[in-house]
Amino acid sequence: MRLTLRVWRQRNADTPGAMVTYDIDDISEDMSFLEMLDTLNEKLILRGEEPVAFDHDCREGICGACGVVINGDAHGPERTTTCQLHMRHFDDGDTVDVEPWRAGAFPVVKDLVVDRSAFDRIIGAGGYISVPTGAAPEAHATPVPKADADFAFEHAECIGCGACVAACPNGSAMLFTSAKVNHLNVLPQGAPERETRVLDMVSAMDEEGFGGCTLTGECATACPKGIPLPSIAAMNKEWLRATRKASRR
Amino acid sequence: MALATRTDRRPSLTRSLWGSTVGKKTVMAVSGLIMLMYLVAHMLGNLKIFFGSGEFNAYAHWLRTMGEPLLHYEWALWGVRVVLLAAVVLHGVAAYQLSRRDIAARPSKYAHKRRRTSYATRTMRWGGIILALFIAWHLLDLTTLTVNENAQPGRPYENVVATFSTWYGNAVYLVAMLAVGLHVRHGFWSAAQTLGVGNARRDRILKATANGLALALTAGFVSVPVAVMTGVVG
Repeated sequence: MRLTLRVWRQRNADTPGAMVTYDIDDISEDMSFLEMLDTLNEKLILRGEEPVAFDHDCREGICGACGVVINGDAHGPERTTTCQLHMRHFDDGDTVDVEPWRAGAFPVVKDLVVDRSAFDRIIGAGGYISVPTGAAPEAHATPVPKADADFAFEHAECIGCGACVAACPNGSAMLFTSAKVNHLNVLPQGAPERETRVLDMVSAMDEEGFGGCTLTGECATACPKGIPLPSIAAMNKEWLRATRKASRR
Repeated sequence: MALATRTDRRPSLTRSLWGSTVGKKTVMAVSGLIMLMYLVAHMLGNLKIFFGSGEFNAYAHWLRTMGEPLLHYEWALWGVRVVLLAAVVLHGVAAYQLSRRDIAARPSKYAHKRRRTSYATRTMRWGGIILALFIAWHLLDLTTLTVNENAQPGRPYENVVATFSTWYGNAVYLVAMLAVGLHVRHGFWSAAQTLGVGNARRDRILKATANGLALALTAGFVSVPVAVMTGVVG
């Protein structure tokens, strides 16, 4: 396959970037999108040019490290992560635009790499359960209804890649935050911090400068893990419940 | 290990609502639903125009004597106006502040543009501005009668006919009513999500209700200028 790539190149956070065009051939349709970028980088290195910086880690779709906007779609045309996107979804001779996640809260570090530590700070505000140290408890000691377990698992699938923010026209982190809140709030282990979790995580999300939700649904369409849009309504419900309870104290 | 005891106090209900994006959306949802309920009543009331001048003008007069003798003349009407004004102001200010924030949260655009959201979703902001301008014109036209061609107090039937006998009266009204339909279509469903009523099971019924409301409102409101234009009302 031959492709014309237009890749966002930006030296660092302080320098303005631009789309740079590269022609690339010898692309196998069995390559992943990241392997295609590796091929480009090998050529660039041989030519003595700076390789394109991009984030990646597990390359099996579970870590959430990779992610670029391909032809305007976060993670590209398929509902998967960039590392699991194969070149067979493109045609010979295509022009492919590759851009970093765009959001005020995700500043570009270099080329296609953005700083997603805002997500870490949202998690730090309550995306955990406080458990005293000790041996792991017996799993069956705390019964969880099947429906709740399924609901929790559906949301626990979030890998924090940031595609929801990248796809949202408002750069909103509502889908990410709602996945994390719902995952823990429905479980008995998460119950003691149910109210503080949602209040603190939503307020951390706002402090990071993410936009608000206008329910365009772009996030859920882009999510490689299929976190559903009603997840946001479920978090809103938790937030309103917690706000009512907190105001009565 | 003991958990830290929280000693800080949570802010008041008002502050937590207005201080959070989720809370501000709640304000927008509630104020939007108040205006929506009013719109449904307003649209149904408008349909009385098909029963003739006498009945329509008598209905308009009753709106002023509503609640009498417990309430004074026009008190109930002014009560409704105050609630609506509060709803419009809260809805507009929250929308303005949230929009500013949303635009700031996406400072650089993608080079590869593409559109996927529905037309109703994309036009919420412009639609809202159009509706705000329409409300101002509509009040000047049929409440204060400032710009009305007929401008007879107490004779709303004749004033309405005068408005819809002008091309600009019809044009402004038709555009605004289409905007209302689009705004309600995304707004009603969104309000349900914001208030936490939405879930996967109820999604179809909520979307159907939103579409039904949008269609009924637009059709009901538009029927009046169409009736004047075609001579059914006049």
